[in-house]
Amino acid sequence: MEQLLNDFSPGLFVMQTLIMLVLIFIMAKYAWKPIMNSVEKREEGIKDALDAAEAAKKEMQNVTADSERLLKEARAERDVLLKEARDIKASIISEAKEQAQVEGDKMIKQAQATIESEKKAAVADIKAQVANLSVEIAEKVIKQELSDKDKQEKLVEDMLGDIKLN
Amino acid sequence: MRVFKRSIDLAATLFILLFSIGVSASSSSDEEKEGAVNTQEEVESYILHHIKDSHDFHLFSYTNSEGERKHVGFPLPVIVWSSEGLVAFMSSRFHHDDSGNHIVEAGGTRFVKLHSKIYELESGAEEISFDEEHHPVNAHKVLDFSITKSVFGMLLIGVLMIVWFGGLARQYKKKQIPTGFGRILEPLVLYVRDEIAKPNIGHKYRQFTGYLLTVFFFIWILNLLGLTPFGFNVTGQIAVTAALAIFTLVIYTFKGNKDYWEHMLWMPGVPVLIRPVLAVIELAGAFLIKPFSLLVRLFANISAGHIVVMSLIAILITMKSELTVFGSGLLSFVLSLFITLIELLVAFLQAYIFTMLSALFIGMAVAEHDHGHDHEEEDDAEEVRADFI
Repeated sequence: MEQLLNDFSPGLFVMQTLIMLVLIFIMAKYAWKPIMNSVEKREEGIKDALDAAEAAKKEMQNVTADSERLLKEARAERDVLLKEARDIKASIISEAKEQAQVEGDKMIKQAQATIESEKKAAVADIKAQVANLSVEIAEKVIKQELSDKDKQEKLVEDMLGDIKLN
Repeated sequence: MRVFKRSIDLAATLFILLFSIGVSASSSSDEEKEGAVNTQEEVESYILHHIKDSHDFHLFSYTNSEGERKHVGFPLPVIVWSSEGLVAFMSSRFHHDDSGNHIVEAGGTRFVKLHSKIYELESGAEEISFDEEHHPVNAHKVLDFSITKSVFGMLLIGVLMIVWFGGLARQYKKKQIPTGFGRILEPLVLYVRDEIAKPNIGHKYRQFTGYLLTVFFFIWILNLLGLTPFGFNVTGQIAVTAALAIFTLVIYTFKGNKDYWEHMLWMPGVPVLIRPVLAVIELAGAFLIKPFSLLVRLFANISAGHIVVMSLIAILITMKSELTVFGSGLLSFVLSLFITLIELLVAFLQAYIFTMLSALFIGMAVAEHDHGHDHEEEDDAEEVRADFI
């Protein structure tokens, strides 16, 4: 202990304190502060860059997911549209068919009615002509045959028979 | 593998250099005899002389063909505060005398150098005289502000640090990542910040990095300088380690917050009667034990390392008769190579421990306790009550 105290040099202590104070001051001002600042700035930069990369990655994933979703939607829409178009086509065709059927039926009916009425008219005409003819024949027969009774009767019977045949 | 081989080469080179100073030591500067160091006693006195500070920069000595001892080195300025005020002269005026025989007259008073210390002779005394315990009776120590070998080493390392780290700081102006030597320095700076400052101090670490980084590199580089053959022993000077420890003491004393002082002077949560006792213990811990542990640890480790390395090198001389030159040389080489490698580790380790403990002490002084004690007590009381209900 005495040896230690004897070795202790107060002058060296003072010199060391002075040198250390000056050194700390200079180093802190001209070395440590700029070094620490730059290193921290760099570390922050690296951290920011990493964060940005991570964000970009996420963004990218979002974009991909979005486009996929859009594609899916578009496909679904296309399918719906196609299906609708098909339905419309089918409905149009069936409608047209129906309408044609209806129209056809109507025309057929009209034709039938016309034919019927024409027929009726024709039959009526024929009947009238037959009647006139009959009357005329009858007149002639009567005029010719009224002289002979037998002939008259025979005539009537014949005529009647003719009519029935008709 | 290549790196390992290289480091072995480096260590070998280092050893050869150390070895060479060992040899030069063996033939040099036991100033009292001015001769070669050949016996065990001479080796011991040489080693003890080496771990002291010195006033000149001594490289090696040899005996020339005329049988004269020649010392190679350069003198350093001696600056002392004497009875006549500040006196300065070059250490060469002592002519390598370390036994108080050579008197230097400067600034109107007389000085002698005795065991690496400058003494001022009392007025009227013509030569130094000793009592029976070899203490000088007619001379007194002076306050010695000399640029001694240690001060020279500190200045050298200070300049080196400013050049290196200033250069590193300048590099960042132009680029993000330093190149060249800065690439080696940057991870070391980051190591101190991330492994020493941040974990021990917490989020307030930033304002203390200036001190911690300076102290870390200062101690580490000076420790390494002590392993070179130039024979520096700066961090093995108790005055140097004391100054460093007091820096830490001043920082944690003045930066200590209210909690720190409260816990030191009037410990909350203990019976009032015990509080003064605890305060005495805490004060002793903060102002004596902590700085003392810092200063003694560094001083003792580095001094011991120097003594061990030099003793192992001295095996070459002390065991020459038993083992022949070859045997003692080989033994000395192997052992001191091994210890020098360990000393390389110790150089880093002591710088790390000093800085780490400084950071820890500062961290304890500035830590915020969140008044955790009160909350804990409340919680406990609530729990106890809950248990009863």
